[in-house]
Amino acid sequence: MNSPYLRRRITNALAMVLSTLATLIGLAFLAWILWETLRQGISALDLKLFTKVTAYGEDGGLLNSMVGSLVINFIGIGIATPIGVLAGTWLAEYANRTRLGESIRFLNDILLSAPSIVMGLFVYTIIVLPSTALTHGSTTFSGFAGGVALALIALPVIVRTTDEMLRLVPSTLREAALSLGVPQWKLTLQILIRAARSGIITGVLLALARISGETAPLLFTSFGNNYMAINPMDKMSSLPQIIYQYANDPGDAMHALAWAGAFVITMFVLLLSLASRLILSRTKVSHD
Amino acid sequence: MLTINKLPLRFAAVATLAVASTFGVAAHATDITGAGSSFVYPVMSKWSAAYAEKTGHHLNYQSVGSGAGIAQIKEGTIDFGASDAPMKAEDLQKYGLGQFPIVVGGIVPVVNIAGVQAGQIKLDGTTLADIFLGKITHWNDPKIAALNAGLSLPAGKITVVHRSDGSGTSFNFTNYLSKVSNEWATKVKFGTAVEWPTGVGGKGNEGVSQYVRQIKGSIGYVEYAYAVKNKISWVDLKNAAGNVVSPTAASFAAAAATADWASAKDFNLIMTNAPGDQAWPITATTWVIMYKSPKNAGNSKVAFDFFKSALEQGQQAASELDYVPLPTTLVSQIEAYWASEFKH
Amino acid sequence: MPAIETAISTTDILEQRSRRDARHERLFRWVLKGCALIVLASLLGAAGATLWGGRDAFGTFGWHFLVSSEWDPGNDVYGAMVPVYGTVVTSFIALLIAVPISFGIAVYLSEVAPAWLRTPVASAIELLAGIPSIIYGMWGLFIFAPFFADHIKPWLTSNLGNKPDDGKLSWVAEHVPFVGKLFGSDYPFGASILVAGIVLAIMIIPFISSVMREVFQTVPTRLKESAYALGSSTWEVSWDIVLPYTRSAVIGGIFLGLGRALGETMAVTFVLGNAMHLSASLLDPGASIASTIANQFSEAAGLQKSALMALAFLLFVVTFFVLLIARLMLRRLASKEGR
Repeated sequence: MNSPYLRRRITNALAMVLSTLATLIGLAFLAWILWETLRQGISALDLKLFTKVTAYGEDGGLLNSMVGSLVINFIGIGIATPIGVLAGTWLAEYANRTRLGESIRFLNDILLSAPSIVMGLFVYTIIVLPSTALTHGSTTFSGFAGGVALALIALPVIVRTTDEMLRLVPSTLREAALSLGVPQWKLTLQILIRAARSGIITGVLLALARISGETAPLLFTSFGNNYMAINPMDKMSSLPQIIYQYANDPGDAMHALAWAGAFVITMFVLLLSLASRLILSRTKVSHD
Repeated sequence: MLTINKLPLRFAAVATLAVASTFGVAAHATDITGAGSSFVYPVMSKWSAAYAEKTGHHLNYQSVGSGAGIAQIKEGTIDFGASDAPMKAEDLQKYGLGQFPIVVGGIVPVVNIAGVQAGQIKLDGTTLADIFLGKITHWNDPKIAALNAGLSLPAGKITVVHRSDGSGTSFNFTNYLSKVSNEWATKVKFGTAVEWPTGVGGKGNEGVSQYVRQIKGSIGYVEYAYAVKNKISWVDLKNAAGNVVSPTAASFAAAAATADWASAKDFNLIMTNAPGDQAWPITATTWVIMYKSPKNAGNSKVAFDFFKSALEQGQQAASELDYVPLPTTLVSQIEAYWASEFKH
Repeated sequence: MPAIETAISTTDILEQRSRRDARHERLFRWVLKGCALIVLASLLGAAGATLWGGRDAFGTFGWHFLVSSEWDPGNDVYGAMVPVYGTVVTSFIALLIAVPISFGIAVYLSEVAPAWLRTPVASAIELLAGIPSIIYGMWGLFIFAPFFADHIKPWLTSNLGNKPDDGKLSWVAEHVPFVGKLFGSDYPFGASILVAGIVLAIMIIPFISSVMREVFQTVPTRLKESAYALGSSTWEVSWDIVLPYTRSAVIGGIFLGLGRALGETMAVTFVLGNAMHLSASLLDPGASIASTIANQFSEAAGLQKSALMALAFLLFVVTFFVLLIARLMLRRLASKEGR
């Protein structure tokens, strides 16, 4: 019996078992949380959730919060994605080992851990207060300000993942393109980003998942609205915020609405991530 | 020969009109914004819905906390603020604000003791303060037994549950403790957040309810609505007049009625430890704060109309949500205050 | 053929094209750099705003603010020790739990799982990232913390803690240093630093594992195949080939998780217990920077508000130091490998 070989076989088997166990642990917690969310929110999960606006009591739905969340998240991701992808590209392609690049990379990591409530307060100071003064009080809080606060939270996530994914693209691709006389900008835009596309989309999805569950930055920026609002310059309600409000209510009816709202958010993120994976899987980039 | 396909142009025109109309729709009804105390959120929502049905104006209220409400009315980002603690006269004058009460509610101590139902255990102010100071540590302490002849109390440890977040509920509760206990007034003082001598902190009324329900032998304090809806046992208190009262709409109303509103400038009166016979000792009100010379005259007018209808017709809705309507004398005082202090 | 047609020669066209490319190149570089500078500006703006807001607190308390564990709004005395300690310890516990589990999940998804199972399981794990943080808080407070208090905490305090229910210290608590203090607690409920760390770990697992899985797939197949050809087992390929190749991106994923753990507000506020006093035990409640700000900000005014802003600035500082230490360690590792 070959002792070192046996040891390696055992280590390998152990590692495979542990990794399966790790996955089972992750899935178990997921199932537990989803099960509880569904169980607590089932009494409120019906059609009127999607057709009625928020109203105190048992007759309310969550329509305006859902619409608000869609608008605010869309603005947030819409601002953060182009800036984030381009900044990450700059870090990976043009400033990879320069002083400035390393510093910005470092500072971006610090921005990653900023508490979300601080970002909300920051946007309150730079957008809400000036807009109140400029418009003499007719535009104060707005869905747009909420979107900017969320963008500031999503931005470092997208920058980090884009940076890392681009750096993982093998240099052979770059060298081949450059040797054919392709200018660097074309190479970056049309070849490298396409090659790292799956990773970049993962980063954007992670950022979206993160901001779609954030409450604190919206308290002082988009404020909340008991009625339907589509114009981003209006105050808007959002699902995480209304969940927070209802979770602190004395009665169980509102609690059920809160859990139901949480379930809606989770399903939305799931659908989005499945949809993007489906679109991606059609054109797979092979790394050989 | 160049021909322009008219279809995209028409489509663009229709689309622009559609988008522009959404900008327009928001403008025709007045939107008023208020923020502050979470205590009044339920009743504000109900009043707002009724008012929208009646007049079409939208009133948006968000519970961001009394302190944030005051900060935001000072910065002019909202039309009115709502606070569980009154603003001082100097502050009101400095910013040109006025304040008036809008609704009354009660704060009740709640307990989780084996075998003790709601209203069975009686405490007085000093004992309550001593428990929260950490001086009384077990339920069978002689001081508690002295007030509860005939009730068998277990020998277990008392776990105090207080609020971990800043809150108007804590403000009124600690204010009461300061009035009935000198030691509390000097050592801990009162405020929306204090350094609690002992105990664990729950987040929000909901968090405190949760802890009290979970921890055996615990005592906490919550707004009356939470005690009722979560079916936790409340405590009967001995009030300033020496009578033991239960927390009910009647005892809260008694406290509001016996409070001396007429002599309080800008209604700056904290109602805890009210003198009435049947008054509940920890009764609280929430003040609405608005600019005396409004920054936006149209919004201010609609806001006053809203409060008028809330004070005069909204009392039924308030009682359904476990609040206490303001006594009619107070309502007339408030409307007189509006007429004299606020420019419409 | 008129002579004028040959005046525009191929070299001219090439020159025009290269000049145009150079212009586009400059414009592109400029746009990219601008975006990177926006990131820089956001950070400086946010950090500057918190420093500005906290200037009163820093001015009043000075260095004492960093080491004091008092937090007395009634007498307006504040110190940052308790929240800073809570933030660092909960994040550390979260990483300690999440990194191995995420690595396990990534290995499972890239090496062990059959092909048809990969996408469903991967999407399921990513679903954890989509659950709103307030739901983590509510689930933690209403379901996980009571479960922990009923089933896990008694076992820990009796067998490892220095305040066991029956008064008899276990062998481990007596002979192994620190363990007794770490697990001793007489609080009757579950909200504690350990529970907050566990909840945070669950929250950051999807971030770290998604990034890991994504980058594991970018390892060139020929590298892996060569290792297999030489007789490596699956584990050895993952540990010795895949991980070193993707190390930088894996660290990046870990930083993503760390960032979320350090700044997480809502979930921690619910399950950390929010007790503003310092305790050595992991089973006692504590406070974190983000939870303290979230709890007290809406009601704070004056010096208290300034103290909260100062806490926010301190979070930036703490992150700065944690990342600096991490980078220095990485650089040492890289230089050892001759890079």
